[in-house]
Order: sequence, then C-alpha cells, then structure tokens
Amino acid sequence: MRKEYETVIGLEVHVELATKTKIFCSCSTEFGGEPNTHTCPVCTGMPGALPVLNKQVVEYAAAVGLATHCTITQVHKFDRKNYFYPDNPQNYQISQLYLPICRDGYVEIELSGENDQKPEGNPGTENTARTENTSGAENNSGAENISGTEIDRAMRKKIGIHEIHMEEDAGKLVHDDWSDCSFVDYNRSGVPLIEIVSEPDMRSAEEVIAYLEKLRMIIQYLGASDCKLNEGSMRADVNISVREVGAEEFGTRTEMKNLNSFKAIARAIEAERERQIDLIEAGEAVIQETRRWDDEKEYSYAMRSKEDAKDYRYFPEPDLVPVVISDEWLQKIKDSLPEFQTEKLSRYLKEYEIPLYDAKIITGHKKLADIFEAASELCKKPKKVSNWLMVETMRLLKEEEMDPEDLTFSPKNLAGLIELTEKGIINSTVAKEVFEKIFHQDVDPEQYVEEHGLKMVTDDGVLLQTIEKILQENPKSVEDYRKGKEKAIGYLVGQTMKAMRGKADPAKVSQILKEKL
Amino acid sequence: MNLLSLTAVELGKKIHSKEVSVREAVEACCEQIEAVEPEIHSYVTTDREAALKKAEEIQKKIDQGELNGPLAGVPAAIKDNLCTKGWKTTCSSKILENFIPTYTAEAVGRLEEAGAVLLGKTNMDEFAMGSTTETSYFGVTKNPWNTKHVPGGSSGGSCAAVAAEECFYALGSDTGGSIRQPSSFCGVTGIKPTYGTVSRYGLIAYGSSLDQIGPVAKDVTDAAAILEVIASYDKKDSTSIRRRDTDFTSALKAEGKGLKIGIPKSYFGEGIETEVKTSVLHAAEVLKQQGAEVEEFDLGLVEYAIPAYYVIASAEASSNLARFDGVKYGYRTPDYEGLHDMYKKTRSEGFGAEVKRRIMLGSFVLSSGYYDAYYLKALRTKALIKQAFDEAFKTYDVILAPAAPTTAPKLGSSLNDPLKMYLGDIYTISANLAGLPGICVPCGKDKNGLPIGVQMLGNCFEEKKILQAAYTYEQTRTRERCDLAKKRDTAYGTEQKTIGEGAGR
Repeated sequence: MRKEYETVIGLEVHVELATKTKIFCSCSTEFGGEPNTHTCPVCTGMPGALPVLNKQVVEYAAAVGLATHCTITQVHKFDRKNYFYPDNPQNYQISQLYLPICRDGYVEIELSGENDQKPEGNPGTENTARTENTSGAENNSGAENISGTEIDRAMRKKIGIHEIHMEEDAGKLVHDDWSDCSFVDYNRSGVPLIEIVSEPDMRSAEEVIAYLEKLRMIIQYLGASDCKLNEGSMRADVNISVREVGAEEFGTRTEMKNLNSFKAIARAIEAERERQIDLIEAGEAVIQETRRWDDEKEYSYAMRSKEDAKDYRYFPEPDLVPVVISDEWLQKIKDSLPEFQTEKLSRYLKEYEIPLYDAKIITGHKKLADIFEAASELCKKPKKVSNWLMVETMRLLKEEEMDPEDLTFSPKNLAGLIELTEKGIINSTVAKEVFEKIFHQDVDPEQYVEEHGLKMVTDDGVLLQTIEKILQENPKSVEDYRKGKEKAIGYLVGQTMKAMRGKADPAKVSQILKEKL
Repeated sequence: MNLLSLTAVELGKKIHSKEVSVREAVEACCEQIEAVEPEIHSYVTTDREAALKKAEEIQKKIDQGELNGPLAGVPAAIKDNLCTKGWKTTCSSKILENFIPTYTAEAVGRLEEAGAVLLGKTNMDEFAMGSTTETSYFGVTKNPWNTKHVPGGSSGGSCAAVAAEECFYALGSDTGGSIRQPSSFCGVTGIKPTYGTVSRYGLIAYGSSLDQIGPVAKDVTDAAAILEVIASYDKKDSTSIRRRDTDFTSALKAEGKGLKIGIPKSYFGEGIETEVKTSVLHAAEVLKQQGAEVEEFDLGLVEYAIPAYYVIASAEASSNLARFDGVKYGYRTPDYEGLHDMYKKTRSEGFGAEVKRRIMLGSFVLSSGYYDAYYLKALRTKALIKQAFDEAFKTYDVILAPAAPTTAPKLGSSLNDPLKMYLGDIYTISANLAGLPGICVPCGKDKNGLPIGVQMLGNCFEEKKILQAAYTYEQTRTRERCDLAKKRDTAYGTEQKTIGEGAGR
C-alpha cells in the first residue's frame, strides 16, 4: 500500500515586459523581424559597448511588485550572471541577485476546493489522476462550469512571492540541420524580463494554474506584458518535490523546464509527482536536477544535476550605477496603477447591473474588460455587450482555441452590431453571422449588412406574398397545424425565413402565419 | 624649424595662424613614424593615407572657420583599446587581431570633433594587463630614451609615441596606473581623470569600475587642453558624471601659494630607488619654493591596495573578457569539434599568458564559496582606502608621490616575476580604487638617463588643483626631449632649432 504524498511546488516565472525598446539599449523589442535587424553594439555584446537602463522597465517591475503586495527595494542594483552560451552575446547576463527590485509579496488565488490536495493512492490510476487535474485546471480558466454561487464559495489561498527581479533576455539559436551549422539571432537579446520567484507554497497543479492565471491577469491589467505562454512572453519553470503527508521537511526538488502551456504545466507536474513518488517507493533517492519536459511524449528527461550546476560567479554589474527609486517616483508609480479586477468587479456590478457571473468572467481578462467598457460606452447597452462577450465571443474563442488576449475586433463594431439589432435592422440570426465576421475580420457591421443585403425586410407586402406562397407549397404542414400539431408552425416559419433569405423577423413571421391559419 | 618639437597647443596656434598646414604636421609625424618605428614600435596600426585625407578635411574646416579650437588639425594617436570606426582595434591581442569596430569611442569622437587627425593606434599590454607593454601580441614597444628599456604600461605605446615625437599627443587608459606609470618612464605628462569624467563608451573594458581614459601629452598645458575636450557627460555611459567644471585650462597658473601638499611617508619607504625618491622629493621642495605648503603625513592602508586592486580588476576582467569567444567577431580557432571545443581552443590560442592569468584569478575570486573571502573583502578594502583619502584631502589639496618605485626596467626583466611587476603599481592603483584624479609630470632623470616622474593626486573632481600644482612645478623646468626626437632637428637645420626647443615659455 502506497503512502500518502503531498506535492510541494514553487515557480520561477519569466515575463517579457511590453516596453518599446530593450532594457539596456534603444533597439526595438518588436517580435519577429529579419535576424539581427533589431540590434546594436550594446545588445550584440560588442567590445566597449555599455548598458544604459530603460526607466520603463523599472516602472513596470515596480508596478508588478506593488500589485503583488511586494516591498519595493528603493535602492537596488544589477549583478552579472556569468555563463558561456552563444545566444548570450556578452557571455554574462545582467540580472539582479543581491538587491532585487521587489521582495516579500503574495498573490491570492481562488480555488474551487474540490480537487485540492487529493493524494493519489494507486499508481495504476495515473491517467485518471492526470485527466482530473487537467480538467480541474481547465474549469478554473473556462467559463462553463462555474456559477456565481460557486465563486462565492471558492477557497482563497495566499501564494508567497519571494522576489521579483529584472534581467535581460538572450538571443535565439537557429540550427540548420542541412549545413550542420548554428546561427544566432540577437533580436531578442536585451528584451526586458522580470523573473517572479514564488515561495514553495503550491500543493497541486490546480493551485499552480490558478497562481499563473492570477499573475497573468495582474500583469495584463498593468499592461506590463501580454503574457503569452505559447509565444514565450510568459515562461514558467516549476520546482517540484514530494513528501509524505504530515512531514515537515521538504523533499529533494527538481526543476522542470520547457513548459509552453497551462496544460503542459499540469501534465508535467502530475508526471513528475508520480516519478518522484515511484522513486521514493522503490527506495531510491530523488536527485536534485533540472529536467526538460517533452509535452508530446509526456515525459521529462534530466538536463543537468546539481553537481554539474553552473557556478554563475555573480558580482555587482560595474557598468551600471545603483537604481534609486525616490519616494516621489514610487508614489507616481503607485498613482499610475490601474483599476484591478476586484475593484472593477464591484464597479461593474454597481454601474452596469450585469450578473456577478458575467462580471467575473469579463473582468477576468483585461482585454474583455476593455472591450466591454468601450462598447458599452458607445451603445449604452451593457447587458447586450455582456451577452455578446459571454456567449458568442466565448464560443468562438473556444472553437478557435484562442485566448481572450488574442481578440482583435474593435468595440466600435460590436457596439454598431448591437445598434443594428436593437433598431430591428437585422434579426438575431443575421447578427450572429455578422458577429463572426467582426470577430475574425473586424468588419464594419453597417457596411457589411448593406453590402450583403442582410437588412430585414420591413415591407409587409413582400412578406405576406412569401407566406402565401409557402402555405400553398406546404399543404401537409398546414393541415397538420390545423389538426393541432403545434410543431408544424416551426417548419413553416423556417421555410418562410429560408425563402426570405433570413431577412425577416421570425417572431413576426410566426405571428402572421398563426393569423393566416 | 622642426615642427615635431612643438607641443600640441603650440602647433594648434601655428595651424590656426596658417604658419603651418595640417598636412605638413601630419606628414612630419608620418615621416617620424617611418624613421623611428623600427626601433620603438609604438604603433600597432598606422594609416598615412587616411591621415592625409583627414588632414585635407580638417584644413578645409579650419579655413572656413568651422574649427578653431586649440587642437584643430593637430595629429594624435589613440591607444588600441579605444574603438575607432573603420580602424582595427586590437587591444594588442591575437583574439582581436582583425577586429574593426562599427563605431567610435566617445572620447575619440570628441577629439575628432575638435579637429584631431588620427595617425594610428598605439601598442599596449594585451587588454591593458601589464606594466611594460611587453604582453602585446604584436611585440614589445621600446623606451625612446633608451631602447633597451621598457616604456612602461599598459599605455606604453601612447607614451612612447609622444616621447619619440611620433604624434603630438595621445589617448591612453588608466586602470591601475596605465597612463601615469608609462608617462613617468617615458618623460611625458599623463592624466588619469576622476572616475566618470571621460565617457568609457567604446573603451574595451579591463576593470570597468577602475578604467578611465586620459591624455598623454608633452606638457601640462597640452594635457589640460586635451582633457577639456574629452571630458563630457555621456548618456551612453551610466557611470559618466555631469560636471560643470571641465574648463581645465583655466587652472594653468604658476602659483604655489595656497596649495597644501601632503607627502605620504609610507610611499618613500622600502622598495623605492634612491634616485626616484630624491628626484620626487626635490619636486616637492621646488613647489615649496613656489609658495606651496608641503608636509609629510601618514596615509593608511597602503599595503592593502595591491591585493584589493588585483582582486577587483581581475574579477571584472574575467567577466569583461568573456565576450571574446570566437562566436561573433575576432579570432576563432580553425579546427574544433563542437561548441565547447571551439570556446576552449579559441580562448586558449587567442589570449596571452598574462591575460589568462588574470582571467583565472578573477574567476577564482568570484567562485561560489570564495566570493566573500576575496571579492567582497576587496570591495570593503576599496571603500576603506577611499575613506583614508577622504581624510587626507580634508587637510591637503594635493598628494605628491612617485608614480613608480623605479625608472623603466630593462626589457624582459619583468614578466618572469609577475608578483614583482604587480608590486610596482603600488603608488598608482590607490587612485583608481578611490576614483581620484592623478597627473604625472617629468621631474628628472636617473644616472642612466631614464626619466623620473612625479605624481600628484587630487580629491575627486579637483583636477584643477593638481593641474595648477603640476603647471607651477613645470614652469621651473625646461621640457626635455629624448635624443631620438632631437636627432630629427638636424634634418631641419639649426637655424630655427631654438623655436622647437620651446625653452622660451
């Protein structure tokens, strides 16, 4: 019989900051671009070049720290982390070890409470365990299964933040298998990063996902990053250990890298938990090492053990002077903090009178909240806006496997669409069709409806003619209805709508049909 | 008239008054380079054509009145660790043998804007690591006063070029005495400014927290004029300081009165050659005669400066030199298997012994488990040394000392005993650790005819005080030129020789 184990997890999260220019030079941070076109002597490590700190990086980092209840180190410094790799042009990375900009904060996460800490007794159920946990994670991010009352019942937990520090990103190696040669692209070299180091406070994949989603939401609210895991603007390394339930000492931990999605993170945590428990059960020791997750094979392999861990020979960066954040500057950063989710949520409930459930989902993503506020302002119909976001937008996001941050349509077009339906210019079926066009191509609804002749036919003559025709063509349905088969009217309405090419008001059609019959 | 005997400022005046053309000045230098380089080897790179082309450009600007500074049209040489766009910049290392930067160091750029004509890049100890210019991959530079001796280092090429009149002035860099010590050995005037006064942008770093660019010149007036041009706040260098008091030439007054000069007793104890001691103390006596107050005092912590310096400089160097790896530029080993083999061979073959010694030393003191015992302790020592100087400058305007315990050693006598060579830096490195400005001016010669220099240190941002003291002292002497330089005078005939001697000032 296997003992009961608890998983202990701490996270190191790297976030690419959304500054226009790099952390130590004025090169563009824009993603893409021909290799080595966003570079200069500084970010390619040319001899004699010197770094100059981008003030915006400090402001973003401090803002993230303030939003996560950290203490801001008002006099902080940069250090050099020395290691050789071709993507690292100076062969040292400018980072912060001794005096990071933020320390001792926390993030509060909400849990459904169901999947929390469920020790797995039987190794044979590995797959089920993984599925459960994965779906648990999905539930938390998705909309479907959480009702307003459940939110209120949710468990809250504080995840400690050990520190946040600023550093520069490395370039990218491009391997050419044909020529057996590697190339290096320094466009990403010097893109600003913050590393958010959590305390080992998480106990399950669900908590990890909840923590990451909360972090991502906070950072997106700040506009400090778009936090896209698949594009690498948010990257998480997971430190995992297991211990017997009730044990006080932590077990030996491993660090898992190459986790490119929430799903991969959840899978990797489960697999690593099982791997470690199997080792312990077999009387073997867990080795402190860095492992790389292969999400396709759902398997991790050791990259390097603690023994070959690099000695980074950290020392204070002599080319940069200590950064002093004055009280005034700090106050300015505090004053510039945006309205966060909690405040937004209560404001929405008061101001827009939309259900708690909707408000919760919409404020859960900065992008949705932005669209909601802007569109509501334009059309003055917040409930309608909320409906479009909650139903159609969510459906399409799910269909396209997109993140709300990927939304590209403009609030103006959504507001325009709502106006068209409200004025009875198009019916709801047409509206859905038009919305899909807005969602994908951000079309102007008025123009689109005009060009495609989708306006409802308000000329009763045409409608009456069509209905007469339908009635003549479908004597059986007419008879059925008259015999008391109420359903038959639905068929007739459908036929009429089809003949009208969707441009009639179905309610009105139904009404006329009933009168005729 | 032998143009070459003029100082930079004297030449600048003649160019301004159209007595001499820029081209003539450049040609004179090029001829001298051709004549003495086989013996001296001050330069790693020269480019006569580029210099002559530049001379035309500058002449035009002068003629049109666009350039009228004191250094407009004056030919200069640049230490080869300062990046120069389009000119090879090697740090006298194999690893950068063919490196041509895409940009120019800020200090050099400022000189060019002031109308300098670059003649070439001067030899140095590899990556400025050394005190003799013998660690250069491109061969040693010899002392123009006696070619059996070293010129000092690491800015030995710059100092030798000025002494041999192969240029009118040069830029050097000083991390632990690399301007002041070779200036002393070559009988020229060199300044290491307050840390942060001259932008380090484009200076290939050795010890970033200690490196400072400075002028190497024929006299104090030239040195002040050059420093005035290169001193500037530069937003590209985060350690650069905004100063409003960079009108250094305003300090050139022969006035000893009001100057309080301290002589650290411990600098004149064991290890110093008698002739050096006598000569330096005589300079102090002269200043006293000029009205300065002079007294001896105890400067603490002198014995800790060398270990602290070698720990800090080597630690920074081990990291600064990591970028030379064969990936992006410079030397790459021809045969290798895989990345690590490429790194290893490139760096083993590309760096010389002294550079490797310091990279290893620096990597060691930064290693986990040793950091606190070495690096951190060295940083604390550095802070204490600064405090000791702060204390001394409460009483004194200028600290007067030798620049080196000896005159220039014989070629080949230093490198086999690196520890002894390191100890030779004793009088210069404290200024780097404390960020202080220092000047070295000639004050005599030993029995072998080798120059001796006197060093004057000032408090941070008080270059003007040391310039005044040095200028006051200099006015009591006649500028001496080495025989190698004088030899050229005969080619110009004796008639105008006296002008060249510059004795009339």
